[in-house]
Amino acid sequence: MTGVAIAFWVLAAVAVLCSLLVITSRNPVASVLYLVVTFFCLAGLFVTLHSHFLAAIQVIVYAGAIMVLFLFVVMLLNLGTPQWFDVATTPLKAVALVLGIGFVGALAAAGVGDFEPSATGPAAGVHPDVLGSTEAIATALYSAYYLPFLVTALLLLVAMVGAVVLARRER
Amino acid sequence: MSEVGVGHYLTLSAILFTIGAIGVLTRKNAIIVFMAIEIMLNAANLAFVTFAMSIGDLGGLVMVLFVIAVAAAEAAVGLAIIVAMYRHRETVNVEAFTAMRG
Amino acid sequence: MAANWIWLVPALPLAGVLVNGLLGRRIGKGGVSVIGPGMVGAAFAVSLWLFLDLAARAPEARTLSQNVYTWISAGDFRASVAFLVDPLSATLMLVVTGVGFLIHVYSVGYMHDEDRRGFARYFTYLNLFTFAMLVLVMADNFLLLFVGWEGVGLCSYLLIGFWFKDRANATAGKKAFIVNRIGDFGFLLGIFLMFGAFGSVAFADVLPSAATVLDAGGPLAFWICLFLFVGAVGKSAQIPLYVWLPDAMAGPTPVSALIHAATMVTAGVYMVARSHALYDMAPAVLAIVAGIGAATALYAATIGLVQTDIKKVLAYSTISQLGYMFLGVGVAAYAAGIFHLVTHAFFKALLFLGAGSVIHALHGEQDMRRMGGLKRALPVTYWTMLAATLAIAGIPPLAGFFSKDEILWRTWDAGHPVLWAIGLATAGLTALYMFRLFFLTFHGSFRGTGEQRQHLHESPPSMTIPLTVLGALSVVGGWIGIPPAIGQTLGGVPNAIESWLAPVFADAHAEGAAHAAGEAHAIPPMEYALMAASIAVALLGILAARYLWLTRPELPVRIGLQFRVAATVLSNKYYVDELYDAIVVRPYNALSHFAWRVIDEGLIDGLVVGGTGAVVRWQSRVSSAWQSGAIPTYVTVFFGGVVAILVYYLFG
Repeated sequence: MTGVAIAFWVLAAVAVLCSLLVITSRNPVASVLYLVVTFFCLAGLFVTLHSHFLAAIQVIVYAGAIMVLFLFVVMLLNLGTPQWFDVATTPLKAVALVLGIGFVGALAAAGVGDFEPSATGPAAGVHPDVLGSTEAIATALYSAYYLPFLVTALLLLVAMVGAVVLARRER
Repeated sequence: MSEVGVGHYLTLSAILFTIGAIGVLTRKNAIIVFMAIEIMLNAANLAFVTFAMSIGDLGGLVMVLFVIAVAAAEAAVGLAIIVAMYRHRETVNVEAFTAMRG
Repeated sequence: MAANWIWLVPALPLAGVLVNGLLGRRIGKGGVSVIGPGMVGAAFAVSLWLFLDLAARAPEARTLSQNVYTWISAGDFRASVAFLVDPLSATLMLVVTGVGFLIHVYSVGYMHDEDRRGFARYFTYLNLFTFAMLVLVMADNFLLLFVGWEGVGLCSYLLIGFWFKDRANATAGKKAFIVNRIGDFGFLLGIFLMFGAFGSVAFADVLPSAATVLDAGGPLAFWICLFLFVGAVGKSAQIPLYVWLPDAMAGPTPVSALIHAATMVTAGVYMVARSHALYDMAPAVLAIVAGIGAATALYAATIGLVQTDIKKVLAYSTISQLGYMFLGVGVAAYAAGIFHLVTHAFFKALLFLGAGSVIHALHGEQDMRRMGGLKRALPVTYWTMLAATLAIAGIPPLAGFFSKDEILWRTWDAGHPVLWAIGLATAGLTALYMFRLFFLTFHGSFRGTGEQRQHLHESPPSMTIPLTVLGALSVVGGWIGIPPAIGQTLGGVPNAIESWLAPVFADAHAEGAAHAAGEAHAIPPMEYALMAASIAVALLGILAARYLWLTRPELPVRIGLQFRVAATVLSNKYYVDELYDAIVVRPYNALSHFAWRVIDEGLIDGLVVGGTGAVVRWQSRVSSAWQSGAIPTYVTVFFGGVVAILVYYLFG
């Protein structure tokens, strides 16, 4: 077993476990912390896929910024304890389980586990380390994806203003 | 078992996505619902990166960047809404937010 | 030359309407009493000028016309505001403006107690009526005639309900309007049919070509004429649509004189005479016209016999006399019908004005049982009324004798002895009830209150002068139509009115024209016999009236007790109002109530409107159940959809 394979199995197992804990934990603060672990696992998985830049972004933006925001809101609203209403009824649980098993089962039955796409993309044959490098992504972002990049920037601005307006205390 | 292929990553992505979806369905605390959505987004990101690397297309990687950016925006606005709703209704129970009932 | 000024005749009263209506309160009663009668007087002067202009021409050329403007021009259809002055309309114009002028003058005195506002309103309506009536008689097409027809109907409604603060008056106005509406509907249908057949509604297009377009006695001619006659029945208060006229007496008395005796109610006669070319194509309708005329004449006369309200007697008398006119035109004696129209305008207007003078003197008393012995207090009224009463009773040589006798003779001559007998009986009844009115009012002893007795007074000159003029006309008015049977004995006095109207009716009956021309013509001895009979009947009627209501005043009461059923039926006017109420008004009310409660509120509001709302509400309740607003539900459905789509694409 190679080091990459070992890393994958460990990271995958921790990610699945922690995400399960996120959605089952009664305490929101615990959920947030499990989620952070999940994000770190995903960042590790990105590394195993040679996508180092995205791994870094994953840690900085998700684990660093977004999760701090979550934690902040939980603290702000004083929701750090289990909420009395946060209990799913049995029928709803059953429905959710059936749908979830249906989703995974459908994909598994379609043979997703043995899926092996052929390398036919524009950068096919390029070494994965080069492909996932910061330089390659930057070149693509500032050339072919220039316009979506600007629009995303605008979206972030709008979201910022919107968040400020929404959260403003009414006088 | 020794060789880790595309299928493994995709299966993991599907499992994480399903876990997120079940979380969205079963939890009533709006903040935890949000977290479940983040799990789903990350599962999608994983699939994107997997495909981008396997077929050799930078588009998938760039898309992940956009998803992260949008997720950030969504989290900011969504959490602001939760704060506003909490001020208004004194709760973050998603079942209490039925003002849009027809 | 004169043709260019025709428009002045209707325009002058219209100007009076504008001045009185818009400025009436500012110029005061004095101004209104100059403008109101003055405008009609001026219209009379212009009419007289046009008449003389016409008379100076050759008989065939006696037609003036003026197109004021084209009113409707749609495809082949043309309707103009165009006026036609021919012998027939000139005669009517003189009557309308002449009698109208006298009644306007009379009104100045009669309406003196009205306040400034009511006074102006009264003369505005009265001038508007004169305008509409002139449009009616001067129109050169049926559509404009209909405009005038509706206009006079409107004024009639306004003036019957002039004192609208009393609910009964307003109701009488509405009754007149609604009953007339039935007739007008028929009239309109007639015009539509006519347009369908001729492609035009102008007299100049329709009348000359009637003989070629219509089959004599054919269904088209029958229905056109019948529908036109339905209009005439409504306007001229014939059976079965006469019921509005007695109620119309709720209006001021001069209005009754002008509208409901002299002019408007005779519009039906004028219309039938005007469209005689059509009626000549429909002998069956002519027979109906004559039959209804005769029946109405007798029927109304019997009711008039027992009425106690002085104006009601005159109202039934008017209906009866209108029946005579229709009898005349119904036997194709159109000139005789118009002749009676003219003389009737004189003496019936006078009777109404005289009655108004009596009512004025008694401060609004209309019941003849509380009159009597007014001869001394009201000398002018008495003598003029006597002339009018003799005239209507048919005593020669007063006006009514000649015109009535002409109609009776023509009826006999046309071969309708039964109708003639009815007419003769009516003549006797007319003399009887008119002299009943006369004796009860002016002779015997006064039966009113002492206070009324003290205030008895003759009317002011503005009222007595019109009475005198009309009295003179009632005496001499008949001399324009002296029949050859008498004319020849007097040394060839011609029948002026018949020869005057001959160009209009020439094609209708060549024989009449020959009569009119004064040609020596064998006078059947029968004519003298009939004339003697009608005079005898009239004298009999007068003597009977004198015996019953002067010599033996207790006798009518005893007769009434003897024949209680007949008396009750008569004094209740044959229960026709009650009959109409039962067979028309109440079912209609019930139907309306049904339409209101069941159809409108139940079906429309309940089922259609409410049902639509209920369906939408139900539908939206069902739909909105899906839109619970609960986010978990949405997400569950959403995720279910995702799974379904996934399954479909992977395995579908």
